[in-house]
Amino acid sequence: MSEIVLDAERRVEMYRRMVLSRRFEERVYYLFLEGRLPGTIHQSQGQEATAVGVCSALEAADMITSTHRPHAHAVARGVPVESLMAELFAKTSGCCRGKGGSMHVGDAGVGMLPAIAIVAGGIPLAAGYALAFQYLRRPNIVACFFGDGATNNGAFHEAVNMAAIWDLPVVFVCENNRYAASTAVDKVMRVKHVSERAAAYGMSGETVDGNDVEAVYRSMKRAGTRARQGAGPTLLELETYRQAGHSRSDPGHYRTPAEVAAWKARDPITSFEARLSAEGILSPERIAAIVAEIEGELDRAVKAAEEAQGPRPEDCLTDVFAP
Amino acid sequence: MSLPPETLPNTSPPAREMNMVEALREALREEMRRDERVILLGEDIGIEGGFGGAFTVTLGLSEEFGHRRVIDTPISEAAIAGLTAGAALGGLRPVADVQYGDFLFLAMDQLANNAAKLRYMSGGKLAVPMVFRAPVGATTRGAQHGGSLEAFFMHLPGLKVACPSNPYDGKGLLKTAIRDDNPVMFFEHKLLYGSKGARKEKSGLQVTAMIPEQEYLIPFGQAKVLRPGNDVTVVANLLMVHKSLEAANTLESSGISVEVIDPRTLVPFDWETVFRSVRKTGRLVIVEEDNLTGGWGAEVAARAAESCIGYLDGPIRRVAAPDTPVPFAPVMENFYVPSAERIVTAVRDVTA
Repeated sequence: MSEIVLDAERRVEMYRRMVLSRRFEERVYYLFLEGRLPGTIHQSQGQEATAVGVCSALEAADMITSTHRPHAHAVARGVPVESLMAELFAKTSGCCRGKGGSMHVGDAGVGMLPAIAIVAGGIPLAAGYALAFQYLRRPNIVACFFGDGATNNGAFHEAVNMAAIWDLPVVFVCENNRYAASTAVDKVMRVKHVSERAAAYGMSGETVDGNDVEAVYRSMKRAGTRARQGAGPTLLELETYRQAGHSRSDPGHYRTPAEVAAWKARDPITSFEARLSAEGILSPERIAAIVAEIEGELDRAVKAAEEAQGPRPEDCLTDVFAP
Repeated sequence: MSLPPETLPNTSPPAREMNMVEALREALREEMRRDERVILLGEDIGIEGGFGGAFTVTLGLSEEFGHRRVIDTPISEAAIAGLTAGAALGGLRPVADVQYGDFLFLAMDQLANNAAKLRYMSGGKLAVPMVFRAPVGATTRGAQHGGSLEAFFMHLPGLKVACPSNPYDGKGLLKTAIRDDNPVMFFEHKLLYGSKGARKEKSGLQVTAMIPEQEYLIPFGQAKVLRPGNDVTVVANLLMVHKSLEAANTLESSGISVEVIDPRTLVPFDWETVFRSVRKTGRLVIVEEDNLTGGWGAEVAARAAESCIGYLDGPIRRVAAPDTPVPFAPVMENFYVPSAERIVTAVRDVTA
């Protein structure tokens, strides 16, 4: 296989998406603290490289499935920030018209199914979507996101096995952020790496530095190419870290400050920024311009969402059945 | 117990006499010929030298349509259901099955949280056009192969529920289910299959119907009045339709005229046909094979009370299985499954 090369503009765009994802999450965090958003949130700060690295390796007509922690996936996949923010504000202009909320954001029109918030629940769905791609002889693949915790669920094992025996065009993307809620992965898994589990299904497995967006991109590109060529699925384990708590209310007392600090020192955005700067691709001025543009986009998204029409109470009665 | 072959009014020639298995198989075959997007998924459904699913419904279909469209799966019910929903989202019209309805509990998350809810969660942008077939009913296989599960799925918004009592309805409802843009749970009673050969159920009924050569579909949400009557309305589904008809015959000789209604689909439910009948007869008995508590009959009783209370001349009575798991010993199973005699007693009670 020839070397996978990313040109400078693609790399800057990946950087921009990572910053957009981080700033989106920070904005959402403060909106919650201020009591302006209903519900709960599961945030992705620290996991931007997995989302952006994977989604940057996809084609427009590919599909992703996501989890209860879907904001970074949605931003990376290109779900418009305005419709994401409006969904969090529970407005009709949201990507799920206010019927999904934070845990179900998605827009199949841009290649993201509504996120499935039952741990591992989206994995069979992803394999099924890939079965449709294969059956319809489309050149497309599904990227199926899930966490380390999901790999202890039966749905993971059943669906991964089925995808393997039928060579379905799907890449199983495990974001191993070390914790299933508060439970450390090594307390609930005997093997050292999630990727070792691929061997049980006769498929490729690979562990990748999930905080290196370019390493993620290259692995995803290779796995995606194999899947598109009919060579079957891959289990990618992307080692990363959730810098925030599990959910809105979690201060994370089960992690040591030293551990959190060590992972923050390996922040995926800071390190990619340093690399691009060292290579002369990013300058302080360009970074400032990117951040300013993103902040403006988020300002507009928040304003539009706050001003948008909310659903009528009785709208809860529609969309149960297709006509 | 056996009943004479059912004779249905819809026998405009040319027609063929078929049992349930043959009628369901013909529905699958016709829809697969009609629409390339229809595929089948399940355990042991297309293996050469195998048996065409647990009850032979898919026998011969892999020979005609190939293994690309008749897909044998591992024993992985959660994945079967999830892949079926995913394939439906991806543009196919998959028809999956489990060998016994009880196995649906293994698939419950995918059916309840994904198939049923994705249209709603997406704000109406997505559709999940899939069918999930499941054999139900007690047949001396004990507690884990004999349940009747319609009520679980009737309770889940976003799923439709069909339950044919005869081959004519079976074929027409299955074709409608496959063309429906929603997930449909399709319940078949093991004692109504009428399969010949190795999979024939010892206590099965020989229910056949004349199936017209000409294509037909049966719309969802249209109950069928199988026997008109004036004194009592009996609402029953699946096998209980036949026991209710038997009871109605017995009661006729004592001068009690029973109207027997088969809802055919529980979601959507044809409330109007039931209410119209209850307003006429003033009495309602509901017969189901599920456990009494929280069965679909409870919903029918509640709705009828809400809409017809002023017309009722006696208490609404439910004839159902007791609140126990399905027992094995035939003598206990016969006690568990509602019998024609119990239906007769219930009707006599409400008319006394």
